[in-house]
This record gives sequence, C-alpha cells and structure tokens, in this order.
Amino acid sequence: MALDLKTKALKKSLSVFHLSTGSCNNCDIEILDCLTPRFDIERFGMTLAGSIKHADVLLVTGIVTVKNLSRIKVLYQQMPKPGFVVAIGGCACTGGIFRDGYQMAGPLDRVIPVDVYIPGCPPKPEAMIAGIVKLLEKIK
Amino acid sequence: MKKVVVPLGPYHPLFEEPEYFELYCDGELVVDVEWKAGYNHRGIEKISESKHWDQVTFLIERICGICSTSHPIAYCNAVEDLLKMDIPERAKYIRSIIGELERIHSHLLWAGLAGHFLGYNTVFMWAWKYREPILDIMEMITGNRNHYAMMKIGGVRRDIENEDIPIMKKILDELKPKLEMLTNAVLDDPVLAARLKGVGVLTKQNIKDYGALGPIARASGVDIDVRRDSPHAAYDLVEWDVVLCQEGDVFSKAVVRLGECFESIKIIEQCLDRLTKIKGEISFEVREIPPGEGIGHYEAPRGECFHYVRSDGTSRPFRHKIRAPSYANIPTFKASCVGQTISDVTIILAGVDPCYCCTERAITVYDASTKKKLFNGKDLILLSQEKTKKIKKQLGFKDV
Repeated sequence: MALDLKTKALKKSLSVFHLSTGSCNNCDIEILDCLTPRFDIERFGMTLAGSIKHADVLLVTGIVTVKNLSRIKVLYQQMPKPGFVVAIGGCACTGGIFRDGYQMAGPLDRVIPVDVYIPGCPPKPEAMIAGIVKLLEKIK
Repeated sequence: MKKVVVPLGPYHPLFEEPEYFELYCDGELVVDVEWKAGYNHRGIEKISESKHWDQVTFLIERICGICSTSHPIAYCNAVEDLLKMDIPERAKYIRSIIGELERIHSHLLWAGLAGHFLGYNTVFMWAWKYREPILDIMEMITGNRNHYAMMKIGGVRRDIENEDIPIMKKILDELKPKLEMLTNAVLDDPVLAARLKGVGVLTKQNIKDYGALGPIARASGVDIDVRRDSPHAAYDLVEWDVVLCQEGDVFSKAVVRLGECFESIKIIEQCLDRLTKIKGEISFEVREIPPGEGIGHYEAPRGECFHYVRSDGTSRPFRHKIRAPSYANIPTFKASCVGQTISDVTIILAGVDPCYCCTERAITVYDASTKKKLFNGKDLILLSQEKTKKIKKQLGFKDV
C-alpha cells in the first residue's frame, strides 16, 4: 500500500495527548514515566502535546464516568484525522473493578472507536511502549 | 471592579487528572478561586458494599495509584479495630516498609512535578530517575510496580524473603547520596528560592480553620502525624522524627517532603534489620467479621487517610466511609492563592500535592425548605421508564 504524505509523516513523529477520564492516577504516572530517562519514549519520535488539536494519538486511561461521557465525544471530534485512540489500563479496556459502579458509563470502546488496547493494572511502561510500537506498525 | 475569570481545566495539560478551577483575577492578582470536582468520581464506597471483606482491599487500592498502600493499611486497621485483634510482629514491619517505600516514591514524584511546573525540567528528570529504583524494589518484593496488593485483614499477603533484604539495602544505600544531591541542588538554588519562598503562605490558623493535613500542616508548624500520634504497624517500634517547618510557604513544603524521604529511609533500614531476626507468621486467619464498627487511620504521603467500616455480620461491609487527605487540603487554596499572581498559582496548587482521584464526591441536591431530594437527569429517565412500566401493567401487557 502506498503511503500518502500524511501517514508517512505520522509514523515518524507521533504527538500524543493524554486524557484521564476517571482513572486512579496510576496509568497516568506510568505514562509520564515513559517520558523520563529510563524509558524515554522520545526516541520513537513521540512527544506529549498540550492540546488535543495538536495531537495524532489520544491516550485514554480510566473508566468513562457519567460526567466525562459527553466531554470525551467532543474531544474525539476535535482530534485531527487521521488520529488514533489507545486505551491504556484495565479500566479503559474493560471497566476493570469499577464495572459495577453507578458512575460507569461503559468502557472506552462503547463511546469512541479504539485502535489499540494495552491491558494491565497499571501496564508497565515497557508494555505501553510495545503497544505504541504496534500502533506504528498498524499505521504502516 | 471588573473581574476576569481564568478557567483551568478540566482537561488541562498541566494536570494529570480531570479537575476544574476558576481563577477570578483583577489584573495580575488572583482575587478568588473556585473549584469544581466530580469528573473522576467512581462510586467506590458503594462498590465496596457489594464486595467481600477480603476483596475490598483490592478495590480501595485503586482509589489512588500513588497512595495505593495507604488506603489498604487504613482499611485493615479499621477492620482490625472492629475485630479488636493484633497482627503478627513480622507483618507490622512489612506494613511499615511498604508504606515508607511508597512515601519516598510519592514525594519524589511530587518534587519532579513541582520542578516541571516551575520550568526546571532537570529536576523533573532527576527526581523521576531516582524514583525508579524504589519501584524496582516494589516489583521485586510485591510483584508489581504500583498497586502492590500486600495488605490483608490480619496481616500481610506476601512475605519479604531474607535473600531480598541485602539487595534492598544496597539499592537504598545507592539512593541516599543521589537524594542528598537532589535535595541540596533544589534547596540551595537561588532561582528556586526566589520562586518558592514566601509564596502561597498558609499560617497555623489557616491550617486549623481548613483542617488541612499531612506535609502541608507540618510545613506550617502544626505538629501532627498519625504515625506518631496513633501508633500502628511498626512506627512505635523504630526511631524516627517528624519533619517540621514554620514558614508555611511552598519552599517549606518542599523541605518537609524531601526531609521525610530521609526519615523514610531510616525507618525502612531499621525495619529490615529487625525483619532478619524475627521469625513467624505473617498473618492471622480471620474467618468471620462480627457485627460492629471500627475506624482506622494511616498517614498517607498527603496526610491522614481515614476509614470507617460497619459490619452487620455478613460477608460484606454494611457501610464503608473513606476520607482522603486531599479532600481537606484542597480548600486551603482559598487562603493560599488569594493575593498571589497568576504565574504563582500553578505552583501553589501543585504545592498541596492534590490528588483528585481520592477526593471526588457525588452530590445529590436537596431542596432547602422541604428537605426533599431533587432529581437529576438519570433519575428523571428512570421515573419515566417506571411510568411506562406501570401503564403497560395497567393495560395488561407482559413486561418485556
């Protein structure tokens, strides 16, 4: 498959935006850990973007809570396309231990389409890097 | 006077979690702060009532990823208070070790983020790099970098093997000079001192008025620490000091937190020494929880974490009430942010080390005059669905 210019540029430098929708903070600090010297995700050309409007990848952690439901849909609409969604952690993938709670509005894939799932509670930074590298392969 | 409202959040790149602040500004100065919460509310207290006593420890670990052993310790203390039981000596030391390791990683995490907010990314990278060996120890002794699942009613779930102790000591010894270097670099830096000293001052009276806890209270000279005041685990069996400062600004909060890292290392080293000499069980068996109620506290990295449980004799808690420290600490923004410039507000907000995932509450609205519960959208939908069901019943339809 011939790559158009957009996708070609995309696979060399992904800008990721991190969104916590009702997580316990742990996946979030592990994502930040990926940026620090030991894991250093920047060697794959990835940087954290300050706004969803500048991002190619949306990293979502935590269950979708009732209060966040409409906001996530808006954020997804604002993301420039082609864009990819990564569900990080057991909560975003399935709902985890909170699936029976009254604030649960469903795991992420019932709200917006998800491209990559990274399960774990929390997934290790190595697992996150492996997941995102798989995303790069998917883009190719 | 015309006020300008500066909204921060709910999805702001500065914050890890969804939270929403409104800063009311007059020119550069902040006049008032509003805080709106609830984005992260997951209904943990209610879910807890549907879990077995033993399963609750896994649930409340996931209240917060950073204090993920403080909540289980407080909960186990509460249930053990209900049972009026004591735990084996070996378990006491293991609880303290895990709790203190967590404190070091939490305070280093804070130091890094605070440096990042001030534009000192070097501090961010350093602090997070030095945090990694602590997570390695955690992975070695508990099997996971975060969410350790070590606590259990009546003791601990896993033992610390004697073979692991020399490796842990070596890692801690290597950490000490690095931590000293980081502390000296941060506290001696003239720019950081200019940014942090005298910023966001909380007086002793402010702390008492707002009921603030933990390092924030200790930075303002209020001498409270649950580990010393209500001893549990091994805190009364080892020697350590409570770190106190008097100024109450962000700088003294940094001093308290970095000082506590060294105290924690001291506690861990003493616990590890004792652990080699003590043999025996790591947990007592608990078969049934009789009716009754119990309370438990633990000094989490952010302050006192309080749990209340009530049992009705079944296999599940009848009521489980959790009060996390950030809930008491966040309202202090009203005292510390007002009168400061907008550029200083971020570091004042960060200075509290707020953790929103443990704090979020759901609010039900009551009518003040009639004391009647007002409905929210979900309730109205339910009400409407129930009416349809009723009409169906009256018309003789079978409920589908």
